[in-house]
Amino acid sequence: MIKHEKIEKNIGLMGVLIAIVISFAGIIEIIPLMTQASVIKPVEGLKPRNALQLAGQNVYVSEGCYGCHSQQVRPFVDETLRYGHYSMAGESVYDRPFQWGSKRTGPDLARVGGRYSDEWHEIHLIDPRAVVPTSNMPGYPWLAKNPVDVEQTVASMKVLQTLGHPYTDEEITAAADLIKNKTELEALVAYLQNLGTAVPRSYQ
Amino acid sequence: MSIYNDRVVKQFTVITIIWGIVGMLVGLFIALQLAWPAFNFDIPWLTYSRLRPLHTNAVIFAFGGNALLGTSFYVAQRTCGVRLYSDRLATLVFWGYQAVIVGAVLTLPFGYTQSKEYAELIWPLDVLLTVVWVMYAIVYFGTLATRKEKHIYVANWFYSAFIITIAVLHIVNNLAIPVNWHLSYPIYSGAVDALTQWWYGHNAVGFFLTAGFLGMMYYFVPKQANRPVYSYRLSIVHFWALVSTYMWAGPHHLHYTALPDWAQSLGMVFSLVLLAPSWGGMINGIMTLSGAWHKLRTDPIIKMMVVALSFYGMSTFEGPMMSIKTVNALSHYTDWTIGHVHSGALGWVALMTMASIYTLVPRLWGREKMYSVGLINTHFWIATLGIVLYIASMWMAGVMQGLMWREVDTNGSLVYSHVESIEATYPYYVIRATGGLMFLIGACIQAYNVMMTIKGKVKGA
Repeated sequence: MIKHEKIEKNIGLMGVLIAIVISFAGIIEIIPLMTQASVIKPVEGLKPRNALQLAGQNVYVSEGCYGCHSQQVRPFVDETLRYGHYSMAGESVYDRPFQWGSKRTGPDLARVGGRYSDEWHEIHLIDPRAVVPTSNMPGYPWLAKNPVDVEQTVASMKVLQTLGHPYTDEEITAAADLIKNKTELEALVAYLQNLGTAVPRSYQ
Repeated sequence: MSIYNDRVVKQFTVITIIWGIVGMLVGLFIALQLAWPAFNFDIPWLTYSRLRPLHTNAVIFAFGGNALLGTSFYVAQRTCGVRLYSDRLATLVFWGYQAVIVGAVLTLPFGYTQSKEYAELIWPLDVLLTVVWVMYAIVYFGTLATRKEKHIYVANWFYSAFIITIAVLHIVNNLAIPVNWHLSYPIYSGAVDALTQWWYGHNAVGFFLTAGFLGMMYYFVPKQANRPVYSYRLSIVHFWALVSTYMWAGPHHLHYTALPDWAQSLGMVFSLVLLAPSWGGMINGIMTLSGAWHKLRTDPIIKMMVVALSFYGMSTFEGPMMSIKTVNALSHYTDWTIGHVHSGALGWVALMTMASIYTLVPRLWGREKMYSVGLINTHFWIATLGIVLYIASMWMAGVMQGLMWREVDTNGSLVYSHVESIEATYPYYVIRATGGLMFLIGACIQAYNVMMTIKGKVKGA
């Protein structure tokens, strides 16, 4: 049995031992997950976001929406009543980074797609209290004035393609034309309207 | 000239106080925005969602980080009996670390973020931080390696675990492919990204905000109490138990999500086990005062340390409790989590830092004592009351939100809409902001007291 005295007189040994004991958890918890089918296989019908939705995802990330909105419906009666079918891992395989969130100052958005009209979203994002008088969400009026960053979106698609998102080269070539006259507001609404829609409503 | 490099420790000490005030001010501002959304002013870079990461990064990495770097340099030199391994590298570490923080201030409010919590910094800043961290490790471990004392003092075990583990967490969680100078996509996606992130996020708490500050505690509490550490054996046992257990607990941030059940259960079990080594640290700290309890009456610095250790014990009891799946079902996504975090962050991390600064400043600048002991006492009370207001209001708000969300009537329909839970929370948001304001006032009192001490003044003299 090694005496602790040995360790506390040798910083090299102590450092190595620390490095060893801290590595188990990551190896045992994270690495097996990378090959577990239920986690990495997309649910049937899930497509990677089109150019406009992807531009919207970049806006969602950039504005920090994840600070107040989760995208993860838990398997509880109240949550499935409120939001729809509970979330499945296969629905977020094209989310980089994941957007499950940790706080619901506002409601969950995992299945917000199709719940409200585009017009409602636009009014709400510009001035939340125009449609929900007691909301404490900030307004994002500048989104209506900012044009979508076309170059960044096309570059994003290329990077995601190398990471395994099944974009075709044709989709990437056509992307710039599809989004060139759009605003960040339109992109964000397109992103929101797509959330959780891969799982058919009947299934929910 | 002293054999020690105290210049860099002084720099870290002063900047800790300044960043602390900045970070808390941002926190107060966004707390007001939750109560009165008009405070967003419809200005992009003043908006809650962009400033919240600035607040968390500023208080954790700028306030907490500078405190850890500075005290680790001080403690390593004093307990090893040698000067820092390299003065030049130490200076580079100081300025490099400030550059990362200034980088955060110049990017986060303008929407340049990775959106992974507590790892929001964009990839160029991640690279810079990695370089600074390697230099920091060279200075720190170089100092330990050239020590004159045979044994490595216990505070250094914790600082070592902190430095090594943060390096591993930072690098693994931030692996990403850049799109342009600010945007990048992580190599992980979906559930794998979620677990990697919370393996990182939970251990930013475990090794940055816990192990690092236990290192600080193990030096400054015995120093201020003028007593030896209570139990050497307990230090050994709880150190190895803490560093080997913490890493497993991340999945409790993902209970009932699409993360597979086996991972959730592993996370919950290890979170419950974690209570023991955490309390080992608390007991060892508080019991160090045995034989010196009378100092609680006369020394507000000791008082602050004991309250910090008590908050540590309390939040490390609350944490395992919240990691139980049935409790988590109620608490998750609510303001209860925010209350829990702040009982640890304000109660443990910030109070331990502030108390250590009070111990450190007179020694660094060669003064007999702080400018005003009375002001330390004032700081102690206003900060403690502020914490109580903050966490009590967030507990109540959180439990209320959780109960409102799950309330169904006899027909099986939901009773409340989500926005009704927001309406009910407004009064608690105001109380929380008040608590935060009080804590910030305490920090400003400390800044004044430190400034006067550095100037060489003594109150009443």
